Amino acid sequence: MSTTGHEAAANAPNAGEYILHHLGNLNSSGHPQNTMVDFSIINYDTLFFSVVLGAVGLLLMWLAARRATSGVPGRVQAALEILVEMVDYQAKAIVPNENSRRFVAPLGLTAFIWVFLMNAMDFLPVDLLPLLWQKLSGNPHAYLRVVPTADLNGAFGLSFGVLLVSLFYSVKTKGIGGWMHELISAPFGNHPLLYIPNAAMQIVEFTAKTVSHGMRLFGNMYAGELLFLLIALMGMASPSMEPVGGSLLWLGHLVTGTLWALFHIFIVVLQAFIFMMLTLVYIGLAHSNH
Amino acid sequence: MYLNATLLAQTTVFIILALFTMKFVWPPIAKALDERAARISEGLAEAERGRQSLALSSRQAAETVRGGKEKASEVLAQAEKRAEQIIEKAKADARLEAEKVMAAAKAEIEREEARMRELLRGRVAELAVAGAERILRREVDAGAHADMLSAIELDL
Repeated sequence: MSTTGHEAAANAPNAGEYILHHLGNLNSSGHPQNTMVDFSIINYDTLFFSVVLGAVGLLLMWLAARRATSGVPGRVQAALEILVEMVDYQAKAIVPNENSRRFVAPLGLTAFIWVFLMNAMDFLPVDLLPLLWQKLSGNPHAYLRVVPTADLNGAFGLSFGVLLVSLFYSVKTKGIGGWMHELISAPFGNHPLLYIPNAAMQIVEFTAKTVSHGMRLFGNMYAGELLFLLIALMGMASPSMEPVGGSLLWLGHLVTGTLWALFHIFIVVLQAFIFMMLTLVYIGLAHSNH
Repeated sequence: MYLNATLLAQTTVFIILALFTMKFVWPPIAKALDERAARISEGLAEAERGRQSLALSSRQAAETVRGGKEKASEVLAQAEKRAEQIIEKAKADARLEAEKVMAAAKAEIEREEARMRELLRGRVAELAVAGAERILRREVDAGAHADMLSAIELDL
């Protein structure tokens, strides 16, 4: 952000505005959403980046997979094989049904790759793509968020998908009657008086699983993004903070930014792995009877 | 920070991506991995078979060598026996031949002896006649006493 000159300095956003602007999505309403839930609005940026990243990731995997050989594998194939074996190994340990694994294991792999790529968008400088978009769209106030998993919809979209899949397998393994029966008879026991508490518990369980699944990913990525924004703010603050200003804070930006980015590499992979593991665990649980 | 329709879109995209992975990414890799595992286990089994056949053939080779050695020593023993037999036979033959030669020599000697005796017999008769001649000089007529003289000769 250029903050030289009085006019620019006057027009420059203050810290709060800067962060809020960065947390606003490019959506169909044209301004940041101000109601908690509004299903008439859709976030173009989250959708665009997640679809592009998913498509690129899967395309690369597909290109490697279609030339897969059972002989000596190339490096790309070997890398893909490591991923496939890692997911397959976990899936075999967690999901008891081999038939289900045909879909659940690829689902886990997709979740891992996709979440990893979406999280990795955090490594781009926080202002890079928003600035490019502002120039490209000609609107200096255009909103853009580049980390789809730092958008509540992005993370919950995934965990909601996992909920649907686990409900599907729940019904598939136990039958619709068996599943309904479980819904009202577990966890407290099969007694007419306990039907309502059981059902309430089940609903709480499903909700808790889904919310914690999505929230874990969202929270980590949102906090990571926020910290990158604060680090960027520290660098920008230097010209206006005379006593400690100048190169010192710029240096602080460099040091903390580097450290946080390095640590974030770990978080990005870890969160992708955790998301994949929980996907497998929740769907695996759907196969077991209470 | 707020929920909207993006959630459902994201869910749909997620399911579509997973289906794509299930259809196009996972199977070729899983197939390649399974095939490679099969090939490796096949190779290992083949190596094991090779190891076994090597052990078998080296055992066979050792057996053949041992058999050859046994046969060789057998042949050697036979040859020695045969040589001994040949020597024995030669000895026997030689003995036989010597006896033959000795017998022939003995016969020859006997023949010579007989001849000598014949010769001596003649000479003795002559000597007797000559002696008698000397003794009887006048009284004995060779012609008249020829019968008597030949009788004496026969008596000798």
